[in-house]
Amino acid sequence: MTAPDDRRPRSEGDRRHPRGMILEVAGLTMRFGGLTAVSAVSFAALRGEITAVIGPNGAGKTTLFNCITGFYRPSSGAIRLHRTGELPVDLHGLPGHRIAQAGVARTFQNIRLFPGMTALENLLVAQHNKLMAATGFGIGAVLGLSRYPKAERQAIELARHWLSATHLLDRADDPAGALPYGAQRRLEIARAMCTEPTLLCLDEPAAGLNPRESEELARLLQEIRAQGTSLLLIEHDMGVVMKISDRVVVLDHGKLIADATPAEVRADPKVIAAYLGEGEEDEVEA
Amino acid sequence: MAYALQQLINGISLGMIYGLIAVGYTMVYGIIGMINFAHGDIFMISAFIALIAVILLSLGGLMDGPAAILLVLVISMAITALYGWTLERVAYRPLRGSFRLAPLISAIGMSIVLQNYVQVSQGARVKPLEPLVPGGIEVMRDGAFVVQFSYIQMLIIAVTLVVLAVFTILVTRTPLGRAMRACEQDRRMAALLGIDTDRTISLTFVIGASLAAVAGTMYLLRYGVIDFYIGFLAGVKAFTAAVLGGIGSLPGAVLGGLLIGLIETFWSAYFSVQYKDVAAFSILAITLIFLPTGLLGRQEVEKV
Repeated sequence: MTAPDDRRPRSEGDRRHPRGMILEVAGLTMRFGGLTAVSAVSFAALRGEITAVIGPNGAGKTTLFNCITGFYRPSSGAIRLHRTGELPVDLHGLPGHRIAQAGVARTFQNIRLFPGMTALENLLVAQHNKLMAATGFGIGAVLGLSRYPKAERQAIELARHWLSATHLLDRADDPAGALPYGAQRRLEIARAMCTEPTLLCLDEPAAGLNPRESEELARLLQEIRAQGTSLLLIEHDMGVVMKISDRVVVLDHGKLIADATPAEVRADPKVIAAYLGEGEEDEVEA
Repeated sequence: MAYALQQLINGISLGMIYGLIAVGYTMVYGIIGMINFAHGDIFMISAFIALIAVILLSLGGLMDGPAAILLVLVISMAITALYGWTLERVAYRPLRGSFRLAPLISAIGMSIVLQNYVQVSQGARVKPLEPLVPGGIEVMRDGAFVVQFSYIQMLIIAVTLVVLAVFTILVTRTPLGRAMRACEQDRRMAALLGIDTDRTISLTFVIGASLAAVAGTMYLLRYGVIDFYIGFLAGVKAFTAAVLGGIGSLPGAVLGGLLIGLIETFWSAYFSVQYKDVAAFSILAITLIFLPTGLLGRQEVEKV
């Protein structure tokens, strides 16, 4: 995981980050009519690390996420996914399902589970492509062909693994919509992990969680990192961000204002100004 | 009593046909939120394909025995599925992401196109087919009145039940069915999990069309006369059935179909044959006024 995926550096980003990057965002701009929500943002998320994107409300964090995961098509700029031993994939311009197949999964600020399906089914949907490939597009499943039960068993095994990692095993057969809020958040993460992503993008995973749940979440995210998935998260809960992030990217009014370690970001006057909403002069005085 | 029993048998077999068509309406509505008004005409096309298959097989001297009927059914299902796929590809997919009414208008247009296509290519005259499955069993005798359960009615009920059972397994137990339900609940999220939503929608049309083909073939065998216009009335009735059962709900579509079939049959038997369509469509109006979500439909929840 830690080895650079190629001898020859592919871009500037690789030279700066010998460990190899997983996601490269270069000059990304997203305009909605006259509003520029994200303006020429460039940064890299490194392989095997947790990268946090923070910023005040309206800084463009969610827009950035929506570009990375194919919800929006960026106005300009590039988003590249670097996978080990493979050519980088340009995520901008790929349709949504191809982005997922390339290895990017995401969760939402406002939870988007399939409420009418059980927790387990939600996790099986995430393994759709694998299962479809194994069953000849569902026809084999109807005919009861042999490869299907095996594939389904493996899929259920993976689902159970993530259900137990998120402490949801006893709720496997409950409709996702009937789970309590905190459980739905965890289930969404479990579902994203069932796509076996190389990069997991989380949009405010700690929103609305109580301190104990936040604590558990931080542990879960560290576990996921330990298993080799890189993470990119938007988070308001600074406790969680400072504790688990390896790198913090700060946006303000659609622009990148800092890209550093948590400790450096905490001391950065520009970041403090952005959060306190004060002018530069005040900052110098303070 | 005997008379009522006979109506019950007739009503159920007719209701099965409506139910099969209604499933196609409800599936498409569930997945892309659109009423596919050309679905009735897909049903009509399937009846024509079945008729052509019967004629070709008869010319080849192969049209005898249950195997031949099964073959006709399979041929009709396969070719009709192709029509369903093409319909979606040509008329609906380019309009995805357009305003809500666009595919609806396109559907009405396709309905007219399909009707005229059959009228031009097959002629406007009513096409008869002599009964392929004659006879039946006598269930009960009450004076001069004989309650008949014909073989073709048994065939309709049996085939429909088998097809619906396979279909239910497909939707509830297979990855394809899960993907369809996922697309139904949140299409963009499904795409983010790697599901090819376009292909899933295509397959929905293919499955809906092949169920309509079962209905079309059974209709042909039972009534023996078809023309280019049968799709309209059958389509609207099946749509009524889907609404009555709760549009978007698969068991609802079958239940609605059965109810419409029974209501229509009993109305014809006890009140007036001329006004049977009035009965069916009054149900549509009453359902829409008093029970807009239908019998088994779920309450619309506004997404926040």
